[in-house]
Amino acid sequence: MIPLLGITTQALFAQLLVGLINGAFYALLSLGLAVIFGMLNIVNFAHGALYMMGAFFAWFLLNTLHIGYWPALLLAPLGVAIFGMIVERTMLTRLQGLDHIYGLLLTFGLALIIQGLFQNYFGSSGQPYPVPDLLKGGANLGFMYLPNYRAWTIAFSLAVCLLTWFAIEKTRLGAVLRAATENPQLTRAFGVNVPRLITLTYGFGVGLAALAGVLAAPIYQVRPLMGADLIVVVFAVVVIGGMGSIMGSIVTGFALGLIEGLTKVFYPQAANTVVFVVMALVLLVKPAGLFGRKA
Amino acid sequence: MTDIAPRAPAPHASAPSAKTSTELLAIAGLALALAAAPLAAYPFFLAQALCLALFACAFNLLVGFGGLLSFGHAMFYGSASYVAAHAAKVWGLPPEAAILAGTLGAGLLGLASGALSIRSQGIYFSMITLALAQLVYFIALQSPYTHGEDGVQAVPRGKLFGLIDLSNDVTLYYVVLAIFLFGLFSIYRIVHSPFGTVLKAIRENETRAISLGYRVDQYKLAAFVLSATLAGLAGATKAIVAQSATLTDVHWTTSGEVILMTLVGGMGTMVGPVFGAFIILAMQNYLSTFGQWVMVIQGAIFVISVLSFRRGLIGEISNRFKISL
Amino acid sequence: MTKRSLAGAACGLMLASAGSIFAGAALAQEKAIKVGVLTDMSGPYGDVGGAGSAVAAQMAIEDSGMLAKGWKIDLISADHQNKADVGSNLAREWIDQGKADVFLDLLTSSVALAVNQIVKEKNKVALISGAASSDLTGKACSPNSIHWTYDTFSQANSTGKAITKAGGDSWYFVTADYAFGKALERDTTTVVTANGGKVIGNAMAPLNNADFSSQLLQAQSSKAKVVGLANAGADTANSIKQAAEFGLTQGGQKLAALLMFITDVNALGLPAAQGLEFTESFYWDLNDKTRDFANRYSKRVKNGAKPTMVQAGVYSSLIHYLKAVETLGPTTDGAAIVSTMKSMPTDDEAMGKGYIRQDGRKIHPVYLLQVKKPSESKYPWDYASVVATIPGEEAFRPLAQSECPLVTK
Repeated sequence: MIPLLGITTQALFAQLLVGLINGAFYALLSLGLAVIFGMLNIVNFAHGALYMMGAFFAWFLLNTLHIGYWPALLLAPLGVAIFGMIVERTMLTRLQGLDHIYGLLLTFGLALIIQGLFQNYFGSSGQPYPVPDLLKGGANLGFMYLPNYRAWTIAFSLAVCLLTWFAIEKTRLGAVLRAATENPQLTRAFGVNVPRLITLTYGFGVGLAALAGVLAAPIYQVRPLMGADLIVVVFAVVVIGGMGSIMGSIVTGFALGLIEGLTKVFYPQAANTVVFVVMALVLLVKPAGLFGRKA
Repeated sequence: MTDIAPRAPAPHASAPSAKTSTELLAIAGLALALAAAPLAAYPFFLAQALCLALFACAFNLLVGFGGLLSFGHAMFYGSASYVAAHAAKVWGLPPEAAILAGTLGAGLLGLASGALSIRSQGIYFSMITLALAQLVYFIALQSPYTHGEDGVQAVPRGKLFGLIDLSNDVTLYYVVLAIFLFGLFSIYRIVHSPFGTVLKAIRENETRAISLGYRVDQYKLAAFVLSATLAGLAGATKAIVAQSATLTDVHWTTSGEVILMTLVGGMGTMVGPVFGAFIILAMQNYLSTFGQWVMVIQGAIFVISVLSFRRGLIGEISNRFKISL
Repeated sequence: MTKRSLAGAACGLMLASAGSIFAGAALAQEKAIKVGVLTDMSGPYGDVGGAGSAVAAQMAIEDSGMLAKGWKIDLISADHQNKADVGSNLAREWIDQGKADVFLDLLTSSVALAVNQIVKEKNKVALISGAASSDLTGKACSPNSIHWTYDTFSQANSTGKAITKAGGDSWYFVTADYAFGKALERDTTTVVTANGGKVIGNAMAPLNNADFSSQLLQAQSSKAKVVGLANAGADTANSIKQAAEFGLTQGGQKLAALLMFITDVNALGLPAAQGLEFTESFYWDLNDKTRDFANRYSKRVKNGAKPTMVQAGVYSSLIHYLKAVETLGPTTDGAAIVSTMKSMPTDDEAMGKGYIRQDGRKIHPVYLLQVKKPSESKYPWDYASVVATIPGEEAFRPLAQSECPLVTK
């Protein structure tokens, strides 16, 4: 045990690992935001509310239909994605061609409505959701006790992030998607149904948020405001990574978790603020974000 | 860049005198109505509403005429409020000096944050202003002068210029009204000055403004500082009116609220934000008894405004009747 | 001129709706009482007070029997959103427009402290049930207010003392980084050291922080016997849940939730909360009277929740207030009402017998509770058993230690 800046290296390792786990949530959420921004040019302020809906969806499945965690991992994102696609069809399409801020304002309003309705119905203290039996318990790593479920979240979200990146950057479907955002008219001329593609993309991005919600349910209280404070942080992650950059949001998400973990050790009061310091610094040096292509 | 502030259509561009006269008339009408308002409504509420209305107008100066959407304007409103509260309570300054101190503080903060943020564009500008505002919030949360979530309470109202006792709500209201009209008129003058014309040109087509030889960044920075200073004037006045400065004033939701007010009233109109502020406040006031529904209704207004009411109340009226308000 | 009349009309319309009317102070001699419940309805403490507090106040009005004697009692309630400025604005407005003579609940200390000042300035009454800060009967005490249900001192003093005496003599705190959390940690530290224990360290967590794993890991590696949670609401629930996940209790450490409400136990569920010790000034399943009160209450709220100690305190304080006003006859002199309240012993269905001290502290027994195992819970909301009943004189801060200027020493 070598003490470093007042804490042992062992403790430091533990803090970094815990930070990385939080980073997994940031990465999943910011990935969804980045996909939506990249394809629809919409800053989706409702992302936090949809994350919360994902968690409540899982809770609802368990408590009324007795459907457990594993099916919920698929069903909840699907359900929320359908909800998201309806929103896209009925509202967001009407904002095409307008400035970013209208999309931002509209989704901000949606977030307020969703959170308000859930709060009226479920109250504020939230509902418990148990850890699935298969992932109960944990392992002693020597420097810390790692609950199995946390290990699972980090592995699972990393896998989902990389798959998404692969699908968008390396497959034919991804190529069509990117083409549709670059030049919708031309892509349409090739026989691609662009509006449907956009709707599906929004559904996918929203589904990622709901997936993060299901992952979070056994760790955090399932409560209406669980996404309200998260959204601003996740925004910052996307901006640091470069709006619309898939890899940027994944890398930044995990990295921010680490930085936050370190801050919690040395200056815990600033743990919620450090992300904004990083954001201000990054934007001053690289105005389009770390992985952004243009300003 | 797409137009973020749909305004009254072109004819007025060719007839600036008609345009300014209707705007002046609108301001005068507003002044008259506000002067008579304490007869019908509760003056303390009105005084607070005026502070927010001025805040919205200051914000509108930047977004409606400069095309820059700041998502962190609460930092100016809030920090001015803290400075004024501290000056009046701890240093024992008279109200006019406290308000001046708060306004200046916000102006300086505007200069610093403007210099940092003005180079970014579009959504990046919004986000960097948000980041800076979060830093200011953090300072407000941690600094010993701001008293954490208790805020600075029991700020003395004192006597204006040593003569006018502000403890009476009606007197206070007219003083605030004077400050408000001063602010609104300043904005009117700024918008219709050569400076304001260049600003609008930059909003419409930045590259062309650059090619015409304008130093775009300097104009933007000036607009940013002016907007911050006026927002500070509003915040400092609010500290004297409400006799407190709290974390709410610097929180990002306040930045969101001022956007809502401006949007509902009409971005880029002269008097729209004032109406927006009154509508939102009256609504919150009335709905506070319904408790949990406030959030839902506020969200619904956001959605409806964006979907079918993008010009805002006054913007729609001015568009319908082809007048500039 | 269109725009002018339009502007004028729109403005007039708004103002008419905005400011409401000058209701004017109610005629003093009329047998009318205006009750205002100011609480958190949409935020993290909405279940602790919130709409339930308004229901409790309504029950007190009905149970007082004063309506039958020709009194007119109005109830108004609003959401202060946990913001001191919103709370004080509402209070000022209600007073100026004659909508409230007495303020109830006042959740969260910052709101209570702000409203306290206005109530004192305007000579009305504040009966604080939801706020925790012991400063309300300390340096911020007022002749116009009574701190009814609990405070940081009583919470620390009962939970802290009981656990330290039972052998939990080394403590590590996970503290919410704001005034309330720090006050709770400070008061508990005093109690722990006074009883022969020691405090090893603390980890701060920003408010509304969802993840406590970092703080809990530090607590775990400190090897302290007791991990004290100096936080409230969703923060408490989240930290308890995650402490179980990281195996703190399996590792032999004991959790002490310094402020936890029955609704938090409900939100956590018994599997996660079992075995926790916590302190309440009211538990619904204590005796026939509390059960009767709680059952009547649950029928009137959605999801059939049982009242928290805050909601019970709202009921209890309003019952006593109404008794005092009935004795005095119609008056709006707040200080006079409060001094009458102090001179009468309290007794009601929810909180039983008690009295109010010079410094505005209501004195009653507090209960050290333990959360039941899931197998021990026999019916809905059967969540806790009473470990110890601590007499009020022992639980609350002694008058001799009070910094309150009202106390004549």
